Amino acid sequence: MNQLLTISSSPHIHTRRSVASCMWNVVIALLPSLAASLYFFGIGAAIVIAVSVIGCMAVEFAITKWMLRRPATLMNGSAVLTGLLLALNLPSNIPVWIVLIGCVVAIGIGKMSFGGLGCNIWNPALVGRVFLLISFPVQMTSWPLPLVNRFNYLDATTGATTLGALKMSEMASDTVAGASASAEEQVFSVDMLQNFLGGVGGSMGEVSALALLIGFAYLLATRTITWHIPVAILGSVALFTLCIGGDVMVELLSGGLLLGAIFMATDYVTSPMTKRGMVLFGVMIGIITVIIRRWGAYPEGMSFAILLMNSFVPLIDRYIKPRIFGERRGLR
Amino acid sequence: MFTFRKGGVHPPENKITASGKIIAVELPREVTMAMSQHIGAPAMCIVKKGDHVERGDMVGKAGGFVSANVFTPISGTVVKVDKTKNAYGMPVDSVTIAASDEDHASDMEERFGQSRTRGEIDTLSAEEIINIIGDAGIVGLGGAAFPTRVKLTPPPGKHADILVINGAECEPFLTNDHALMLARPDELLEGVRLLMRGADVEKAVIGIESNKRDAIDLLRTRLDSDESIKVEALKVKYPQGGEKQLIKALTGREVPAGGLPVDAGAIVQNVATAYAVYEAVYLGKPLIDRVVTVTGPSVTAPGNYLVPIGMRMSDLVDLAGGVPADTGKVILGGPMMGRTAVSLDCPATKGTSAILMLPESQSSRRTVQPCIRCAGCVAACPIGLEPYRLGLLSAQSRWDMVEASGVMNCLECGCCSFSCPSSRPLLDYIRLGKSTVGGMIRARSAKK
Repeated sequence: MNQLLTISSSPHIHTRRSVASCMWNVVIALLPSLAASLYFFGIGAAIVIAVSVIGCMAVEFAITKWMLRRPATLMNGSAVLTGLLLALNLPSNIPVWIVLIGCVVAIGIGKMSFGGLGCNIWNPALVGRVFLLISFPVQMTSWPLPLVNRFNYLDATTGATTLGALKMSEMASDTVAGASASAEEQVFSVDMLQNFLGGVGGSMGEVSALALLIGFAYLLATRTITWHIPVAILGSVALFTLCIGGDVMVELLSGGLLLGAIFMATDYVTSPMTKRGMVLFGVMIGIITVIIRRWGAYPEGMSFAILLMNSFVPLIDRYIKPRIFGERRGLR
Repeated sequence: MFTFRKGGVHPPENKITASGKIIAVELPREVTMAMSQHIGAPAMCIVKKGDHVERGDMVGKAGGFVSANVFTPISGTVVKVDKTKNAYGMPVDSVTIAASDEDHASDMEERFGQSRTRGEIDTLSAEEIINIIGDAGIVGLGGAAFPTRVKLTPPPGKHADILVINGAECEPFLTNDHALMLARPDELLEGVRLLMRGADVEKAVIGIESNKRDAIDLLRTRLDSDESIKVEALKVKYPQGGEKQLIKALTGREVPAGGLPVDAGAIVQNVATAYAVYEAVYLGKPLIDRVVTVTGPSVTAPGNYLVPIGMRMSDLVDLAGGVPADTGKVILGGPMMGRTAVSLDCPATKGTSAILMLPESQSSRRTVQPCIRCAGCVAACPIGLEPYRLGLLSAQSRWDMVEASGVMNCLECGCCSFSCPSSRPLLDYIRLGKSTVGGMIRARSAKK
């Protein structure tokens, strides 16, 4: 025996999962939603998604190569994923230069300024999105109508989202009692089936609940994520909405709830490490979302809820621990 | 189907040597008996150069309560009493015995037959059985090599009511227990009954992972009407054969943190240990051979070999077709918990359950990447620790926090490092933490 042997401590075998496989799995899970957004928003979606993905990759490449002087990390799929998620959170008629600002904020400030992958506190795509929402409220809240705008980009015709209409009706009912009836009619005329299959206005990723759920099934099947966070969010939103007398199906299927619950809140880096922590994290996101939607100034609260709870993750991980085998709960 | 619930992983099984065939290895002309091949104090050498010994003679006497006798599997003359390097490169006191043609010929005749009558065996007391086991130098043959006598003698005031027999063999590649269960079912069950009498328990349960259906069915058939022993199928999940996990899976009881299995009323023994107990009591044969799986993706004749303890491992590997040219790592034991060998030019020991040769392509570690907080290690830990955090705290030498986070509960099963997509050496850091904290605890108790 003349070979030089490797000496190392156990274990000597390793899972086939890698950082890249995890990231690319999420990208694959987003493909149905990507297809849906291309189908409903056509050319605008294609432009925004392409710019966002390439923009995020370019920012990450530039920072790792010329500022941090580290080996390139593009192939792990993290920048692609952030770009894709950022795009799916934008309307399809948003100008390219705003998308690029979003990329710089998402990758540059949201991720790299904390030290890169694994170090950030807040979901980078949401940091980018919320920055744009606050900086460019007009462009960020004009929602192109699906299907009719397939060949329009900046000149798309826009309309209200389900939640937007609902918010309008609430505001109206607060001021003029009589005006509420028609607005409410408008809300409930929204076809729930359409909301599910796709075709209601909103950001690109929210357009089809079905496409998002297919992605969810894929993520669960490949064990990329566990059910805890999404189910906790959806469950708490449903329960809380029921308690305050809202329409549960409208709340669940509208807006960024599904997109956020399945793809944004489950981001590894910015979510808790324990199963119980994940459930708490999800329940709190659900509650904050409903509060913002119902009583806040914005029609949509998912992004803020996730970012708020991202901030609590270190605290959750500090206080919620798994039970150690052979110890009674509560002894630690 | 029984299983533990918390954590665990499912690595590829790779049981390429699964069969009931055990290949008996011809007795070698020379053996080297290490005085320390068990957990505890080394045995004390009781022979000197020039002495003549017979097959089955004692050459090392247990050096304390937690220790084990050492016997020679061949007749011959003691040619060396010195230190030789073991597979990990550590020098250990050893006795080398060489057989002349005459000795070799005399060993061809099997000398261990029925040494006690049925009546004698039936009237043995628990204490007598434990003494026979201890005298025969039997240690746990699952890999840890903890003296069996000690395990059967619980601390005063503690008493077990169930014997758990470990036939899980949850490590990938390993099939030595599987082969033994298929080849020697009756003897093995007889060993289980003797262990029950030694431990003074009324019932026993044998846990076997469900990928060994043939062994489960065979043992159940051979049990016939014996109600006191149960054979249960276990889910294929690593570390199903971990002591605490096995007790939890089969009895639902949880061994308290920092406690012993007997604190949950259980004593755990390996199937191969039970077989060794049968041989000691029925045949008067001390522990001088064991089944070893020689395996690996590129090994030409992988198999389960009945190996005389003390035989040179490289000779054993030659029987299996030699070390494959692409070998990059030699592991003693399984790929999850086994240790890498520095060299095969050293004797097989009581704890050698397998020699696994992995090709170069599977030998090196992957590049370490930043933790992406995927929570995989927390989900995989069968103890409920937070490996990512223990790793971080160890790397920062924050030992008090490492201790407070329960590092001493770690069983070093490797599930955390296995499951990490960033290939972080979590268990390495945890071992560092465990040994440092262990030292701190010993220092504290020494001060008191």
